[in-house]
Amino acid sequence: MTSKWDKVLRQVDDYRWEVPQDYKDGMRVPGLIYADDLLISSIINDQALEQVANVAFLPGIVYASMAMPDIHWGYGFPVGGVAATKVDGGVISPGGVGFDINCGIRMLRTDLTEAEVRPRLDDLMDALFRNIPTGMGSRGKIRINPQQEMDQVLTRGAAWAVEQGLGDPEDLPVTEESGCITDAKPSAVSSRARQRGAPQIGTLGSGNHFLEVQVVDEIYEPQVAQSFGITAPGQITIMIHCGSRGLGHQVCSDYIKVVESAGQRYGIELPDRQLAAAPIESPEGQEYLAAMRCAANFAWANRQCIAHWTRESFQQVFQRDPKDLGMRQVYDVAHNIAKIETHQVEGKATRLCVHRKGATRAFPAHSPDLPEKYREVGQPVLIPGDMGRYSFLAVGSEGAMEGSFGSSCHGAGRLQSRGAAKRALKGRDIQGELREQGIVVKAHGGWASVAEEAPSAYKDVSQVVEVCHGANLVKKVARVRPMGVIKG
Amino acid sequence: MGSFRFIEHTADMGILARGETLAEAFAQAALGLFSSMIDLGQVRELRTHLVEAEAPNVESLLVAWLNELIFAFDVEGLALRRFDIKEMTSTNIKALCSGEGFDEARHRVGTAVKAVTYHGLEIKTNGGWQARVFLDI
Repeated sequence: MTSKWDKVLRQVDDYRWEVPQDYKDGMRVPGLIYADDLLISSIINDQALEQVANVAFLPGIVYASMAMPDIHWGYGFPVGGVAATKVDGGVISPGGVGFDINCGIRMLRTDLTEAEVRPRLDDLMDALFRNIPTGMGSRGKIRINPQQEMDQVLTRGAAWAVEQGLGDPEDLPVTEESGCITDAKPSAVSSRARQRGAPQIGTLGSGNHFLEVQVVDEIYEPQVAQSFGITAPGQITIMIHCGSRGLGHQVCSDYIKVVESAGQRYGIELPDRQLAAAPIESPEGQEYLAAMRCAANFAWANRQCIAHWTRESFQQVFQRDPKDLGMRQVYDVAHNIAKIETHQVEGKATRLCVHRKGATRAFPAHSPDLPEKYREVGQPVLIPGDMGRYSFLAVGSEGAMEGSFGSSCHGAGRLQSRGAAKRALKGRDIQGELREQGIVVKAHGGWASVAEEAPSAYKDVSQVVEVCHGANLVKKVARVRPMGVIKG
Repeated sequence: MGSFRFIEHTADMGILARGETLAEAFAQAALGLFSSMIDLGQVRELRTHLVEAEAPNVESLLVAWLNELIFAFDVEGLALRRFDIKEMTSTNIKALCSGEGFDEARHRVGTAVKAVTYHGLEIKTNGGWQARVFLDI
């Protein structure tokens, strides 16, 4: 299929494509897309590249408006977008984080093997499905009051959950920001956001959120894998994908309004309302940052609770203490967030606000932000694929600091809309087909919710990871394949 | 008679709502929102809930109105299927909405809507009214 982008895009090298700055009047930097020939041919048929160009309008943006190989059409920002703006004089855009603030992935490892889990898989998936509130409108098992207790969640994040007995203190250092980002200000979070969030803490949600029991099937970097607790093919791992639920969604909705009217006052003109932005150092920008950090902490508390019930589920089925089962956290990483970080810009250390909208932080070895345990190897990068094929564990590479402000892809990226996915699979028993492949899927939303998230709706995550690996943003460490999935 | 249909979007979903009046288009957009989340054939009209929204312009009002309805679902647990718009200007809406408490055991569910976006937001009039809005799901 030909597209207008054939004429616009300039190939930089095997893994990079440029949208030149003169593509549109008002772009402050070029667009830079990480993709190979195959992926770019599907990307140009989506509307995501126009969004890459629009993000380049943000005042204070440096280097490029970037897109990871799993890029697809979002709203305002593309999903898979990375944009860094100067703290000094630049803007922050709530749309550059998205509604699901700190949507992210947590990965646990175990000492169990496929041979041990396979015979008990149905019981295990039943236990997980019973113990972890999943699906639309589901309520959490814990009750918190939307004021004082919520303030604790918003300021302390995962540590709050650990203090409630939900989790292991050893999980905290292996969570981005130790599961608690500082400078979160609960007074910046509206009572409506609190009301939405209070009943939803400790819930997985619906859509593409899931919990997956996996088995390691290939190890590429044995030494790094060892540091992450991954020792051999056949080992069982778990991935949890969810975010800040209604609390984060409401924070984003609230602040798009605030920032849009502030942006008009500060004379910021952007080609899409969903990109609304305010100067980082303005009162409105600071309030949004403070509220966004609260929502990020809520999400870390949320994943902490879910990890705890995951351990309890394994304990119920295998009748052994989770510690005896070696259920340790590999890492927990955000993929919808804005972080203030220092990066080299034109040879100078510069404070930037790095927006990662469907992109994962991927810091290399020796980064001061990494936990002691991973200082010598680099940060684990968790890249889930679809529920039929595989997911990846990677590690941040040196090239990411130069090439993408320490960022990488966050998943496979959608290939088909939800409607197209359902039409293509009409009449097929997807859960039955996955079961024949040895994958047990449990979903509240019935056939449609499985069909919308079926493997065929997604790009092949291995192609996406291959580009990030080839471009030296990450190094592949291990591949895992799904055995069981619970979802909304 | 108004109507609505869903618009495809790679990751999310849009609603194109039509009505003879602006109020009718807004009511259809609300129906589209709840239809995407719940099979409304199974929802009874047992309760009414007053929803009010205001915004500086008509496009933002559509976003605010649908956000109020998401709030009613998330916080009040209400599955709504009927939207009687009592008052409406281009910056203000007041509606009596009917439905019942969401019941996971009885209601067939789709996918929850996280939020309403400003992306591609459009309200047009050409004899009747047409509203286009994209949802984050």
